[in-house]
Amino acid sequence: MKSIFKSMVLLFSLLLISCGGKEEKKEGFSVDRSKAPEPTSEAAAESNEVPASQRITLDEKGVGQIKEITLDPQIDTEMAAAGEAIFKSNCMACHKLDKRFIGPSPKGILERRSPEWIMNMILDPKLMTEQDRCAKDLLIEFNGAAMANQNLTVEETRSILEYFRTL
Amino acid sequence: MKKMKYSALALLGLAMVFTGCNDAGKSSNGALSSSAAEKVYVAPGEQDEFYAFLSGGYSGNLTVYGLPSGRMFKEIPVFSQFPTSGYGYSEETKPMLNTSFGFVPWDDLHHPDISQTNGELDGRWIFVNGNNTPRIARVSLSTFETEEIMEIPNSAGNHSSSFITENTEYVVAGTRFSVPVPQRDMPINEYKGNFKGALSFISVEQEHGHMNLEFQILMPGFNYDLSHPGRGKSHGWFFFSTYNTEEANSLMEVMSSQNDKDFIAAINWKKIEEYVKNGGGTKMPANYAHNVYNEETHTGTSTMKKEVVTVDPLKVPGSVYFLPTPKSPHGCDVDPTGQYIIGAGKLSADITIHSFDKMLAAIEGEKFDGEAYGIPILKFEEVLAGTVKSGGLGPLHTEFDGQGNAYTTFFISSEVVKWKVGTWEVIDRKPTYYSVGHLMIPGGNSRKPFGKYVVAMNKITKDRYLPTGPEMEHSAQIYDISGEKMELIYDFPTHGEPHYAAGCPAELLAPKSKKIYRLDENKHPFATLTPDKARVERNGNEVHIYMSTIRSHFTPDNIEGVKVGDKVYFHITNHEQDFDVPHGFSIIGQNTSELLVMPGQTKTSIWEPKRVGVWPFYCTDFCSALHQEMQGYVRVSPANSNIELSWSLGE
Repeated sequence: MKSIFKSMVLLFSLLLISCGGKEEKKEGFSVDRSKAPEPTSEAAAESNEVPASQRITLDEKGVGQIKEITLDPQIDTEMAAAGEAIFKSNCMACHKLDKRFIGPSPKGILERRSPEWIMNMILDPKLMTEQDRCAKDLLIEFNGAAMANQNLTVEETRSILEYFRTL
Repeated sequence: MKKMKYSALALLGLAMVFTGCNDAGKSSNGALSSSAAEKVYVAPGEQDEFYAFLSGGYSGNLTVYGLPSGRMFKEIPVFSQFPTSGYGYSEETKPMLNTSFGFVPWDDLHHPDISQTNGELDGRWIFVNGNNTPRIARVSLSTFETEEIMEIPNSAGNHSSSFITENTEYVVAGTRFSVPVPQRDMPINEYKGNFKGALSFISVEQEHGHMNLEFQILMPGFNYDLSHPGRGKSHGWFFFSTYNTEEANSLMEVMSSQNDKDFIAAINWKKIEEYVKNGGGTKMPANYAHNVYNEETHTGTSTMKKEVVTVDPLKVPGSVYFLPTPKSPHGCDVDPTGQYIIGAGKLSADITIHSFDKMLAAIEGEKFDGEAYGIPILKFEEVLAGTVKSGGLGPLHTEFDGQGNAYTTFFISSEVVKWKVGTWEVIDRKPTYYSVGHLMIPGGNSRKPFGKYVVAMNKITKDRYLPTGPEMEHSAQIYDISGEKMELIYDFPTHGEPHYAAGCPAELLAPKSKKIYRLDENKHPFATLTPDKARVERNGNEVHIYMSTIRSHFTPDNIEGVKVGDKVYFHITNHEQDFDVPHGFSIIGQNTSELLVMPGQTKTSIWEPKRVGVWPFYCTDFCSALHQEMQGYVRVSPANSNIELSWSLGE
């Protein structure tokens, strides 16, 4: 009996060695708790609204310097290209095209938000999250990760908007 | 029972007395003290009226304060490594502290002077001197960062520095300790007649402020203590106080105080400038560092300069004269009109004032009282404009209020004395706490002083603040000088040892203070300008991590394939473009400081992992609600492992 035990120990040690010290992959722990519901916003919960990211607020222009803009039916490709370059350097750390990242993907944003709202959000995210209901709910939905003010000009912001139209 | 009644009564009475006193206090003493309080009170959300730049002395750095509040806003690292920002630790800023002696991570910063145009403060740059390993630095007054450091050859104890001429043509650096020039092996006691005192004139290029050591005047081996430029009518001259004209080389405390008078050296630098421009002077081999920080590449480079032009003042007749000045003068200050040169004989009771007009007349009339090593000594009576008989002891330094008054500190008798320029009468005197060195009135050494406050910087603190062990910060006092009499209104501790200060109105600097570095102007060779360019590259055992930051993550934040023995460069580019959102970087076991990376800036830190493991790094500057989440890991494998380099974020 004793010798069996001994050889078992030996066997196990051999097994460990043969593994080259490679650890058993653990899958984390599980406990009875659900993923944070979306939206987590209390306000949203109160009003039973859809999550801010899926809400359609095309009539809202947001708060800020952009009051009214009209989009030419034709997309200005040159402007869109300029916008893409700015988006790449200033926004892409948080906004990916193919997925929700730190913030939402800009794909399809024009189906949910007005051009004015988009530009106001880029130009002064702090003011927007303080005074615009949807922006405030988005901040909460996206984990409190406040959008950074990248100090872009109106012209640069406008070109990003044009780029969003191509997505 | 009876006893208790009495006690209750007594208590009641006592309470009434106290209440009574309180009310009385409010209406009499209170009113008086509140007027001083109101003068220095800058309400929450409001800003100060003046900037004050106080030298940090042995801290090696420059501190920025507000007046009249006495609040400290910033410490600008200049000559000392500064772990708070990574200055002198980051790869980009290490070259700033290079010298001919190698990396010198400290100095003794003495005399700030703000750039001028037409003798008035223009707020472009502030110049400071390192006293120990002679250096002059230029600090930008839009970024409040050190942009340039020039080492001064043939100098030692760079003390009569870094004062500028009235259009910032030159920043001037004089040596306190005379030394053999060139340096050589010789007996110390052969000092007399053999050592030289170099006075260096460094030109300032007007657009970017770049400095170039144009010439050095090799003067007799005295100690050149402080200096100031002529202004207005005396523009083109520079004045240096001297002591140890005895040329003693030991027990100088006694041996340097034998003569009843030393000199103020008057240098006609325009004459010498012309002489040098016409090919005069001797090109002498030298070796000194010139370190320049480039704002676009966020990087300093150090170049060794190999030559300096020296000038023998005897070869330029009429360029240098000595003005006899009693008792080892320290301060050598020129009034706003440029007419008077004030010599503060630090072992004297009086202040000596020379007249520029009389000096010119004495030169013209050859009113000489002999010579020193061929340099004419002007007759004392012929250049003297007047003497302030103050009754104080140990005058050190004088500044001006622009209303015809001068303010002189007295070290030994611990006071500031206000006197009238021209009549030399004493108007007022106020004690300082304690042993005051220099004082500062914003613009007080320019043509246009802003004579509202004077700040007295003391050498001894003793009981002014709560004690903090044997070592305490030095105290400073602010006096309101807008009236006839000075009024002490505030007392505040300073950092290091302020030897001098420069101040200016807030509106000169505040509107142009830089808020961010633009990412699209970042030319750093290791910058990560877009997050999709974030990557890790290996070159032998060097690993370069191109990393970007934005609230609140690093890109990438998981890195594998680093090995023990690697030299890992973290090149961090901060993608924020918003005011006051720096990110920090540090990694466990790093043999250097953190980095603090400003918006749009790139900085580099080296890490040499010594142990296998998975090691965290994190952001040190609280940046957002998710700051605690701003972290990452580097996997370090054994030196012989074959784990491929890989990096990721959110995968």
